[in-house]
Amino acid sequence: MTEQKDKPFDRRRLLTRTGKAAFSIAAASAVSYLAYDDKPPLPGSAAQKLVTLPDFSLPHLPGQTISIVEGPNRTKTVNKAIELLGGIKRFVQPGETVVIKPNIAFASSPILGATTHPQLVAEIVRLCLKTARAKRVYVIDNPINDPASGFMLSGISKAATAAGAKIVLPNNHLFRHTTLTGGRLIKNWPVFFAPLEKAHKLIGVAPVKDHHRSGASMTMKNWYGLLGGRRNIFHQDINTIIAELAMMVRPTLVILDGTEVMMTNGPTGGSLSDLRRADTLIASCDQVAADSFGSSFLNLNVSDLPYLAKAQKAGAGTTDYQSLKPKFAAVD
Amino acid sequence: MKIVLVRQISQCFFFLMFGWFCVVSTLGDKFWQLRAWPVNWFLQLDPLAALATILTTHTLYGPLLWALATVILTIVFGRFFCGWVCPFGSIHHFVGYLANRKSPTSQNLRLNKYRKAQSIKYFVLVFFLAMAAFPSIAATLQTGLLDPIPLVTRSFNLLLLPILDRPLTLVSVTDRFYEGAWLIFAVFATAVLLNLVIPRFFCRFICPLGALLAILGRFAIWQIGKTQPRCSDCGLCQTHCQGACEPAAAIRSSECLLCFNCRQDCPDQLIAYQTTPSLAGRITDPDISRRGFVLSLLTGIFATPALRLANKLGPNYQPTLIRPPGALPEEQFLKRCIKCGQCIRVCPTNVIQPAGIDKGLECLWTPALNNRIGSSACQLNCVACGQVCPTAAIRPITLAEKLGNGPFTTAGPIKLGTAFIDQNRCLPWAMDKPCIVCQENCPLSPKAIYTREYFSTIRDAVFTVKKATQTTLQAAKANFSLDKFATGDYYCAVDGSSPKKIIANTQDSIEISHDQRFREIPAAGSKMEIQIRLQRPFIDIEKCIGCGICEHECPVSGRKAVAVSAEGETRSAESRLLLQS
Repeated sequence: MTEQKDKPFDRRRLLTRTGKAAFSIAAASAVSYLAYDDKPPLPGSAAQKLVTLPDFSLPHLPGQTISIVEGPNRTKTVNKAIELLGGIKRFVQPGETVVIKPNIAFASSPILGATTHPQLVAEIVRLCLKTARAKRVYVIDNPINDPASGFMLSGISKAATAAGAKIVLPNNHLFRHTTLTGGRLIKNWPVFFAPLEKAHKLIGVAPVKDHHRSGASMTMKNWYGLLGGRRNIFHQDINTIIAELAMMVRPTLVILDGTEVMMTNGPTGGSLSDLRRADTLIASCDQVAADSFGSSFLNLNVSDLPYLAKAQKAGAGTTDYQSLKPKFAAVD
Repeated sequence: MKIVLVRQISQCFFFLMFGWFCVVSTLGDKFWQLRAWPVNWFLQLDPLAALATILTTHTLYGPLLWALATVILTIVFGRFFCGWVCPFGSIHHFVGYLANRKSPTSQNLRLNKYRKAQSIKYFVLVFFLAMAAFPSIAATLQTGLLDPIPLVTRSFNLLLLPILDRPLTLVSVTDRFYEGAWLIFAVFATAVLLNLVIPRFFCRFICPLGALLAILGRFAIWQIGKTQPRCSDCGLCQTHCQGACEPAAAIRSSECLLCFNCRQDCPDQLIAYQTTPSLAGRITDPDISRRGFVLSLLTGIFATPALRLANKLGPNYQPTLIRPPGALPEEQFLKRCIKCGQCIRVCPTNVIQPAGIDKGLECLWTPALNNRIGSSACQLNCVACGQVCPTAAIRPITLAEKLGNGPFTTAGPIKLGTAFIDQNRCLPWAMDKPCIVCQENCPLSPKAIYTREYFSTIRDAVFTVKKATQTTLQAAKANFSLDKFATGDYYCAVDGSSPKKIIANTQDSIEISHDQRFREIPAAGSKMEIQIRLQRPFIDIEKCIGCGICEHECPVSGRKAVAVSAEGETRSAESRLLLQS
């Protein structure tokens, strides 16, 4: 504001200026008062509001908890395996939202078997949407390699979208912090929560893979892909983290794909010679039982995978899959 | 339609096209992603990039032939590129307009008069071309530092796009990061803000491409000029003159950007774009003094060898400078890279970064991998960087060549360097903690990282056996926390025998796996050691391709316990490690 020279400095202008000065002082004081904090900040980062993952599991029906179907064609075996457990309509009600969690850890071609097969994902999407008339299906994962590349190169993006699902890539703002009750490792840790928050059902779909550190990567290890943050540090105690993942995630259903098993060089594979055809697919409401059965594909015993016993002890399922009276079938 | 309006439409059109090409330089198959969009078109139209690479390599790389179109059109019509096409020029034009849209005519006339300093851009051009032109001494391509097309390309792609896209996540789901973007920002912001001092400051005083086009346009068949030798001398034609080329007097046609504002501003319509020279006279030659020319030439000739005194192309090479797959040997690379940042932009994992001055002055803004940044390191099944490189500083390799498949089996995969394990930082090596995240993530088959099993007696964990059964051992003076050793990674060795897996423990006793029960129950007083089973990682240098995925995933997050260093990179004989390839 330009003060005009020719005007006399009268009482009116003095009062105006005094008023403005008083207002400025009041404003500065008000800001100081409102922002005043007599305590230094607490150590550590700001506290996050913790969330808990919903429990997606259904009550077990005797004799309809785990099914094992032999056959080379994933579309056929997965249909048969789910049918043996009572059909997809047992698991998904019309109008529900379903989240499918495949293993898309690596930006790798589907023929190398390092990721869940796109055909399998597409068929489960189709079953949910068409047969069970789910409202929507999300396919989610937080891959190790670049997420967009992983979804694209694994073929899952294209196959799932064509079947009517929606892909949710792991953007930071979709993660929330969680603490696992009774857990030792998962404390105040970011999980891929947003798509699960409003979902009704969760289906895990994982291939059977060799894993040098833990012995085997199957349906329980697959939940690693729901963790965010610097999750690699959990490899120091791999058995505990896998068991805790099984405690944290209570899926509606898991599908363990042993059609082609990665026997060596896992979990990345990289060569067709790392794969062996076992032509078997498992559907199970009990992830521990599924993985306990699956260990045999890699010529391992349940005792070779300590996380199985740990998960059983924590109540996530049973390693004694025989006790669940698995249903067997074969389709060509 | 008025010619000025046509020019404005042209500027908007090319600016929007340029912006669109920046957005679609995203790897993917949607219509707004890379597909077959000609994202390099503006760089290919750039005659400075073409000329400078001809000087350094003595060849004109195919796609750069587009520049010939610019050259021919400039020879015929003058600097239309600056006034009608150049996206950076359009930004300067617009900002200069905003800054002075309310200024009085007298001030505009003062701002838009010719200044002697406009010849600086010719010296900039001569300096950079001299650096490039003498391969017998040492040639380096540094035009990209100030060449407006690479400059605006990297500024949009590596500065504006990541900032604008961060809240929107339209272009990239994962946040993109660029090391040293502050310097790109500093240059871009300075160039844009200088328009507040003098409109089109960068174009008039600095732009080496403008200087080149000015020299090319000196014989232009059509030129702006007066249709009468005399006029009212009102000078209004210079009010909005973009090039400060003084159309009122003898026009300096080398400075004219063909904005046509003079034609619009002349109250008597005495200015035309015509084949006859301006009737008020014209100065076609750029204002380059002999002294200035010689000095900038000599400085340029000396500058490259001065940079090379650091011996960065020899034994003193930067071990942290990891180039993208297919990059030429460093000396040839520096003859081609125009610092446009297209490889950095297209990289799906964001691992390619614009090098800062820490990698050497010559390498500023050239692509260098930083495995700690981005969503992953160099992705095995990706050759995007070489495919977009406009000058083949990174060769457009195929996946087969990168991975050493098919016809490239004998040559083997392209190595970017070699991963080294820092045994002082690695968890299993230095800290008795199991880990091997690096081994797990090595994408090769068979993996280049292998492990050797080692049982390490943990700290303060040697006890004497108090009592034993076939599967339990009670230790004297022990105080274990419950099931501390039940993680599946702890073992117990008695009197140096082979270690047995612990499956549970109480305060003073441990239970071993029932599969490994003792055949002979250990006697009281035997020595028992609690051990942790470690898989210690090793690198197979014959297999490692230096992709850096191990480094990216290493949980020792600060100075990584496994890191890629340039030794063994395919493109360099200097850093070779293996006896045979």
